[in-house]
Amino acid sequence: MSLTERYDLNVIKWFSIMSVVYLVVGTLVGVYIAAELAYPFLNDLGTDLPYFQFGRLRPLHTNAVIYAFGGSALMASAFYIVQRTNQTKLWSNKMAWFTFWGWNLIILSAVISFPLGITSGKEYAELEWPIDIAITLVWASYLYNFIMTIHIRDRNKVPHVYVANWFFMGMMVMVTYLHVVNSLAIPVGWFDSYSIFSGVQDAMIQWWWGHNAVGFFLTAGFLGMMYYFVPKQAQRPVYSYRLSVIHFWALMFGYVWLGAHHLQYTALPDWAGSLGATISLAMIIPSWGGALNGILTLSGAWDRLREDYILRFLIMSLAFYAMSTFEGPVMSAKTVNALSHYTDWTIGHVHSGALGWNIMVAAGALYHMIEKIYNIRLSQKLLAAHFWTHTIGTVVYIVAMWVSGIMQGLMWRAYDEYGTLAYTFAESVSAMHPYYVMRAAGGALVVLGAVFMLINVIITIRKAGQEQTSAQAATA
Amino acid sequence: MANQNGKESFQVKAEKNIFAMYLLMALSVSIAGIVEIVPLFTHPDAVKEEVTMADGSTKSLLWQRGDKKLSDWKPGDGVRPNTALEVAGRDIYLREGCYLCHSQMIRPFRDEKERYGHFSLAVESKYDHPFQWGSKRTGPDLARLGGKYSDEWHILHMRNPQAVVPESVMPKYAFLDDATVDGATIQAHMEGLRKVGVPYTDGDIAEAAAQVDGKTEMDAMVAYLQSLGNMIKFEDGVVYRE
Repeated sequence: MSLTERYDLNVIKWFSIMSVVYLVVGTLVGVYIAAELAYPFLNDLGTDLPYFQFGRLRPLHTNAVIYAFGGSALMASAFYIVQRTNQTKLWSNKMAWFTFWGWNLIILSAVISFPLGITSGKEYAELEWPIDIAITLVWASYLYNFIMTIHIRDRNKVPHVYVANWFFMGMMVMVTYLHVVNSLAIPVGWFDSYSIFSGVQDAMIQWWWGHNAVGFFLTAGFLGMMYYFVPKQAQRPVYSYRLSVIHFWALMFGYVWLGAHHLQYTALPDWAGSLGATISLAMIIPSWGGALNGILTLSGAWDRLREDYILRFLIMSLAFYAMSTFEGPVMSAKTVNALSHYTDWTIGHVHSGALGWNIMVAAGALYHMIEKIYNIRLSQKLLAAHFWTHTIGTVVYIVAMWVSGIMQGLMWRAYDEYGTLAYTFAESVSAMHPYYVMRAAGGALVVLGAVFMLINVIITIRKAGQEQTSAQAATA
Repeated sequence: MANQNGKESFQVKAEKNIFAMYLLMALSVSIAGIVEIVPLFTHPDAVKEEVTMADGSTKSLLWQRGDKKLSDWKPGDGVRPNTALEVAGRDIYLREGCYLCHSQMIRPFRDEKERYGHFSLAVESKYDHPFQWGSKRTGPDLARLGGKYSDEWHILHMRNPQAVVPESVMPKYAFLDDATVDGATIQAHMEGLRKVGVPYTDGDIAEAAAQVDGKTEMDAMVAYLQSLGNMIKFEDGVVYRE
């Protein structure tokens, strides 16, 4: 029996394709707003229109890459992995399609509402209350279908639930909490609301949400991909079961504390920030344990990296994961944070995670699934082109932001020989110009890579369709 | 996968029962939130509303309003709710995503004191739904912007930032001149803010429509920016934060 007969794969095909489309769109908007910071006339192009200004497009960029691209990749891979590792079809294929259409309509509503200035004003959670309610329902359908699919497995064939599933489930549970609590608001119109929290409580809840959108949506979920696709692509079992158990529970318990490190030296009580920073430092251990667990899965098969570009994406993603999970704790330490907070260094850090870890591991996962589902090999040339443009673009981006971020931080606190501030704020802004240009160039390479990916996926799927029709013609 | 004594470990049991695992996860992700967030609502020092003055007396940092009108407030009287026009301005501040490039949270460092002013207190954002501390300074901090520049400067700057600050990368907001503020909307917004805890009186809301009548979005924006950071009068020798 072929894969397509044994499992519900159509919905996964469409989630995968949409994920690649949103990758192109989301990174393109990112490059545009990056260019706006280098060349401000791009904000209005000489018109008097507000729709393309930085402040309105920036939420579109973050939401498009995190929830549209990342969310679709998570849904595709979760529905794929839960079926494969539990050797059963989805509990409800219909409900999975509900999740697909619901999620895509939510994305469409974001594309319309952000340029119009409809926003709740909470970073990474800007969608207004009617859309927030829709997200809750669609997310619940995703969670419920996932758990029920595990529940209906044949326990004689699959007694234990595989580790990748735990990570996905942990992500789904936490994101439900985060989304519901952080979005609590009183509506004052169809497209307007005020958060029920204010000031210091709202700040803490916002960053409890913000950091765990990173920690769960972008880390736990994507680690679920890692724990399935790295062993599959390497054709080796996971390096250590014990390490994965420790990695998982340390992440579930530990990550949630970290939000407070976004508020060092603010009006948040000092103990909360210190607690956040302390646990952030401790999180290096499970994070690196997890990264090593993935990388060492390749022990004895390192030679496969030479010809397997999908494996390269996956392993490179783990290198970036290790790097950014080291950089993060360093930045959360108070002395470093005093310099790095409010600067581009934070933006660089986020992108070393998003470009280096998330896009790379998701690209590996999506490529793997497409080859399996369509039973066909992708264009190796385009894979190579994507890998190198993306890797170089990511490095250029991160380096630009390191330099500009640290420079900003140092300029703001510099004193001249008379003990007065050495630079005006405006001088620090103009000093950023070359790095903003460099960042936009790095981002443009990432978009180019994403376009290679889209082309590769489209021609491969079309080729698979043609082969199928000719195969049918041959048997007829 | 059993222990040496032959018994199944807790982990193995959880791996076989997905609902048990669900509960364990839900429990382990809850702890941090309870420890870090709940005390901010319950502990009085989380948002310090009173300070001890140099002469030993205590003073509230909130405006002791009594039955005065919002318009009776003078700078330095203490933290108060925004006026109707400021509410409209703050709505625009959110709509345009200003918080993505400007922070409103001064840290207790020497350079920030010299550049921006006294460090921010938690009580100063007590009525800010949602908070506007921000996370990035592509532009400067705005926590104590109020009174620093004239209204005319702000209007010129909003219309064309590069005309006033050539190095600026801020977008132009000339379109704020063309839109007017709607009184009924602002009243509904003030009702909403009252529901989440901002102490508006019936009188404040009743007067709101007249106060914003005929005002442009530019007027509202400038009113909001001019209100930032001058609610508390900071005095030497007083400990505002331990």
